[in-house]
Amino acid sequence: MELTNYLVLAAILFAIGATTVLLRRNAIIVFMGIELMLNATNLTFVTFARMHGDLHGQVIAFFVMVVAAAEVVVGLAIIVAIFRTRRSASVDDVNLLKN
Amino acid sequence: MTPAAAFVAPTIEWAYLVPVIVVLVAGVVGVLVEAFVPDRARRAVQLVLALGALAGALTSIVLLWPDVLERNGVRVLGGALVVDPFGLAVQGIVVVLALLATLVVADRTSTKQDAFAPTGAAVPGSAYEDLARRRGLEQTEVYPLVLFAVGGMMIFPATGDLLTMFVALEVLSLPLYVLTALARRRRLLSQEASFKYFLLGAFASAIFIFGVALVYGFAGSVQLAEVRGALLGGTGLDGMTSLVLLGLVMVLTGLLFKVGAAPFHSWTPDVYQGAPTPITGFMAACTKAAAFGALLRVLYVVGQALPPDLQEKLVVALWVVAILTMVVGTVIGVVQTDMKRLLAYSSIAHAGFLIVALVGFGELSGFGVRALLFYLLAYGLATIGAFAVVTLVRERAPQPVVVPAEADLATVGAGAGAGTSGTAASAGSDVPDAGAVLGEATHLSEWAGLGRRSPWLAGAFALFLLSMAGIPLTAGFIAKFTAFQSAVAVGAWPLALIGVLASAVAVFFYVRIIVLMFFTPTPTPTPTPQAAGGPGTAPDGASSTGGGTSPVAALTSRVTVVRSEGFTTVAIAICVIGVILLGVLPSSVLDLAFEAAKFRP
Repeated sequence: MELTNYLVLAAILFAIGATTVLLRRNAIIVFMGIELMLNATNLTFVTFARMHGDLHGQVIAFFVMVVAAAEVVVGLAIIVAIFRTRRSASVDDVNLLKN
Repeated sequence: MTPAAAFVAPTIEWAYLVPVIVVLVAGVVGVLVEAFVPDRARRAVQLVLALGALAGALTSIVLLWPDVLERNGVRVLGGALVVDPFGLAVQGIVVVLALLATLVVADRTSTKQDAFAPTGAAVPGSAYEDLARRRGLEQTEVYPLVLFAVGGMMIFPATGDLLTMFVALEVLSLPLYVLTALARRRRLLSQEASFKYFLLGAFASAIFIFGVALVYGFAGSVQLAEVRGALLGGTGLDGMTSLVLLGLVMVLTGLLFKVGAAPFHSWTPDVYQGAPTPITGFMAACTKAAAFGALLRVLYVVGQALPPDLQEKLVVALWVVAILTMVVGTVIGVVQTDMKRLLAYSSIAHAGFLIVALVGFGELSGFGVRALLFYLLAYGLATIGAFAVVTLVRERAPQPVVVPAEADLATVGAGAGAGTSGTAASAGSDVPDAGAVLGEATHLSEWAGLGRRSPWLAGAFALFLLSMAGIPLTAGFIAKFTAFQSAVAVGAWPLALIGVLASAVAVFFYVRIIVLMFFTPTPTPTPTPQAAGGPGTAPDGASSTGGGTSPVAALTSRVTVVRSEGFTTVAIAICVIGVILLGVLPSSVLDLAFEAAKFRP
């Protein structure tokens, strides 16, 4: 199978993730969109690593996973803190800071 | 199988890693201090550790400087850290500003309460939070978090490797997301700010790393030097130079988000307003310095090597961003009524002026870099000083406290619980008696007449504002002058012209505050019937909260200036001296910045 197919798939996944972030209202779903974007990035890295015959890309994918995990820790903590206060995780309800 | 003897240990030039290591190790030790030191001694230990680490890092940077200048930069760990004059200079600026910001963070003022929630985990308005407050708990994890963020900020501009840059971006961002959520007062706003910062920040870093993936696809490496080599030598993927342009644009998007440039600025006002004020000063000054350092390195190392037609496209994009940022920052800044929001828009405008200094990245002269370094220092000093002043100007509870129909946060929830103004939301548990000192008086009207009551404080604030406006004899003037000069030198005079016009508009809103402080009488506090609160007025309450304090609160609460414990006074004094010195005798610093305009790709 052509390697470029994987790149196209990664681009589509990234676009779906970005659309999710921009359109969905639930913070958890938005967050999943970001994770999808990061995983699409991993696929891109691994595919390019294969194309170049270079291992760096595969190692970078691990770094991205670790960073994504760290982001989950902080992100979920913030979302939970908001949820405990307001009983809602919708990004639309978070609107005190408006001018 | 390779025999173990064949393994060659990499040589690491540890000496050049010292500034970063000192800060990060102090952060780790700070976490251990949280676990093992009894809580009475914790704050003092953390404070000594944080200030000591930053001072140590600054010392080692100063000691490394001649050597780095002589060797014209050292690549440590295979280019993961590039300690060249430019990188070291940005590190120095970050550490100096972080030191000042830490002083402001440490100050508990005469109220004996710092700016942070007693426990960040407590639900705002809950009995548990009340208990923690009465016990006098303190969230001393703030100091290690600041140190981790500073560590990330020091690696960020001094790395020659896009992967390390991504990791540094996260290391500096994650602590900032947490710190943003930790305000002692107006906690709903604070958590909300953190939430927005996190979601948008994570989105931006996902775009950044995808850009890195595309650049990797072109060059087969994430090392900036090798990407440059692939571009110049034509060894990249065939016919795929547009891939690197797309990747580069995505990387720059991630970086421009961090500096708060339009159209990626929308988080800035909200986050600057909601975050605890000392942290706002810290991130406004230090994040901007670090992110501009990284932006400049990417542009100078990779952007410069692009083929001319692609480079032209990149320059056009930068022009658009610069103009948009300056216009948005100044025009929307004019109509702000909240002090922290106003300073946030001013910081957006400054990001625009800084990008003006960047557009000449195609030329090899050091003027743009010199302008950028000087600007970062001048802007950082004025910003930290201004936010430090904001921490001291507080509201005082109105004499007869009419407790508003106390909204139960848990049941009324997001709608009306949020609707009782931010002050009232925190006031619910925060104000036991009349005359107590509350949160910061951020509404502009509350600053009226401040110059008559606290002439020194208001004078310092006026100086910082004048510097931001770019009035001669302050640091801001020289900074703007060099920035626009470097743009004119590369033929970008329309940008410089727009910059000057934007500065002129900005002068209006800075001077308006100065007039307000010195020439407007203090409004006499007239106790009016408490009107805030109650689900019926929720929409009004919510919208006026965004602007700071509701008009009702502005009338019934008196503004007071709390005394600093000494830390903030020192920080403000250093900022004042720095702003004046850089404005009157800028030549030595400018020479230093010019020397620092050397890269090692």
